[in-house]
Amino acid sequence: MSSPLITEQIIQITYLVASVLFILSLKWLSSPATARRGVRAGELGMALAIGGTLLYHGIIDYRWVVIALVVGAIVGIPLGLVPMTAVPQRTALSHAFGAFSVTLVGAAEFYLRAPNISRFMMSVLSMEVILGSLTFTGSLMAAGKLQEFLPQRPITFKGQNIVNLSILAMAVGLAGYLVFHPEQTTLFPLLILLPLIFGVMMIVPIGGADMPTVISLLNSYAGLSAAAMGFALDSKLLIIAGALDGSSGFILSVIMSKAMNRSFTNVIFGAFGQVQTSAIAEHETRNVRTATAEEAAGILGAANSVVIVPGYGLAVAQAQHKVRELFEVLTRRGVTVKFGIHPVAGRMPGHMNVLLAEADIPYDKLLDMDAINPEFPETDVVLVIGANDVTNPAARNDQGSPIYGMPILDVDKARTVMVIKRGMSPGFAGIDNPLYYLDKTLMLFGDARGFVGDIVKELGSAGGHG
Amino acid sequence: MTSEIITGLYIFLLAGFVGFEVIRRVSPLLHTPLMSLTNALDAIAVVGAIVIAGEHRSTLSTVLGSLAVAASMSNVVGGFLITDRMLKMFKSSKTKKS
Repeated sequence: MSSPLITEQIIQITYLVASVLFILSLKWLSSPATARRGVRAGELGMALAIGGTLLYHGIIDYRWVVIALVVGAIVGIPLGLVPMTAVPQRTALSHAFGAFSVTLVGAAEFYLRAPNISRFMMSVLSMEVILGSLTFTGSLMAAGKLQEFLPQRPITFKGQNIVNLSILAMAVGLAGYLVFHPEQTTLFPLLILLPLIFGVMMIVPIGGADMPTVISLLNSYAGLSAAAMGFALDSKLLIIAGALDGSSGFILSVIMSKAMNRSFTNVIFGAFGQVQTSAIAEHETRNVRTATAEEAAGILGAANSVVIVPGYGLAVAQAQHKVRELFEVLTRRGVTVKFGIHPVAGRMPGHMNVLLAEADIPYDKLLDMDAINPEFPETDVVLVIGANDVTNPAARNDQGSPIYGMPILDVDKARTVMVIKRGMSPGFAGIDNPLYYLDKTLMLFGDARGFVGDIVKELGSAGGHG
Repeated sequence: MTSEIITGLYIFLLAGFVGFEVIRRVSPLLHTPLMSLTNALDAIAVVGAIVIAGEHRSTLSTVLGSLAVAASMSNVVGGFLITDRMLKMFKSSKTKKS
């Protein structure tokens, strides 16, 4: 008779240990030196919790559980092995999977408990399925845009925000009704359907450059829905994991929106659509100075200090390995090379760091905005590769600019600026960049990977002669 | 029931604060691995799904539960795998030279 009780205690202890390990896991992630230990801690906690749960005496049929665990593991392996350039869309997809799981469990709980559901339980279940289903479709849409199955351009129409907000309001209203009338089980599918639609509509007006904020926000929602599930199942472990994930996503969203000088509501409800017209209107043909790979190589080779500023264009051109070669050839010549990375460079938080680390560039050369900005006045050459708006001095000194106030990398303070760019077309927001017309700026027109490769070749041959 | 709710809210708030303090210290360098790691940890929802699927209280709940187990488990495996792959790539110039 006492055996189920002891088992129950063992399960609770595994959950307690798992909670501690999860917190340690995130704590160890704070530094690259201990980060991998953090992953081990997380894995151990997860294994303990799953193992403990499998002991639960209430499980009368293991067949489906085991099959589902195996299928999930098999699906998970390729998702863990995607190339580093595909990490943003993989992350969005995994948010969708997590939210899918939470929504299904919420639905199962509802139908098992109905019609006798306490008000608190129904509120929690509503929160779980609303957040879960809007995160599910929202994340699928984000993944689709990142993978370019769907157009990356924001799609806007008149009254969009009113339509979206009404859908969400209807879902919340329905949840309120179900709290008091949980016996109306036929209405429950609507509680999933409405947020599913809202999730799609929410991402439709989001452009590629806003993805770092949106992915962080979806991360936060996924965590909160898991925490709500923890309340519904009275699982402390799940509440803790959900709260950790929720706060992580929240912190990242705040960092991302600050880095774009925009509020949450502005990102979600204010697609940059209106900006394009105003900015392009005053566009005139001004002179820019250009340079060839040979000239660029000469300038870089003669410099003492070089800062490379990468952007999403580097990822698109897959130029990270050529950039590593440039880093090596310059370092061998005694040039100090650092990388200046803007928080929203790329398509998700930390995107550029991962790509450059993959290319074997030591992480202590990757500096964030606050660390690199004071160094620009003492820098001989800045090489901008595939970044645009994050280097735009208009954000600092043109009050009329749509990105005025956005913190930028002060590359214009360096002695010479070189920008690798395909052509003169403006960035995602259609904002002209005065940086390109400065006397100290040289435009290097061409494909990022090809151009950096040519510079490396020039430097290599020059080094060979002398 | 009421005391359970209160305990749950305490845990949620405290864990939220712990998360905030711990994650604030994560260097921007590691923000991508941070997101994939929290995503893997969040897949602890698999625990709840296992119970729903295994209790076999109705056909519907077993089907929904099993699908949820598979979806979460893919995040567990994929999330830890990719986080570790990413972190393995971060090398400092000191360790590289030695």
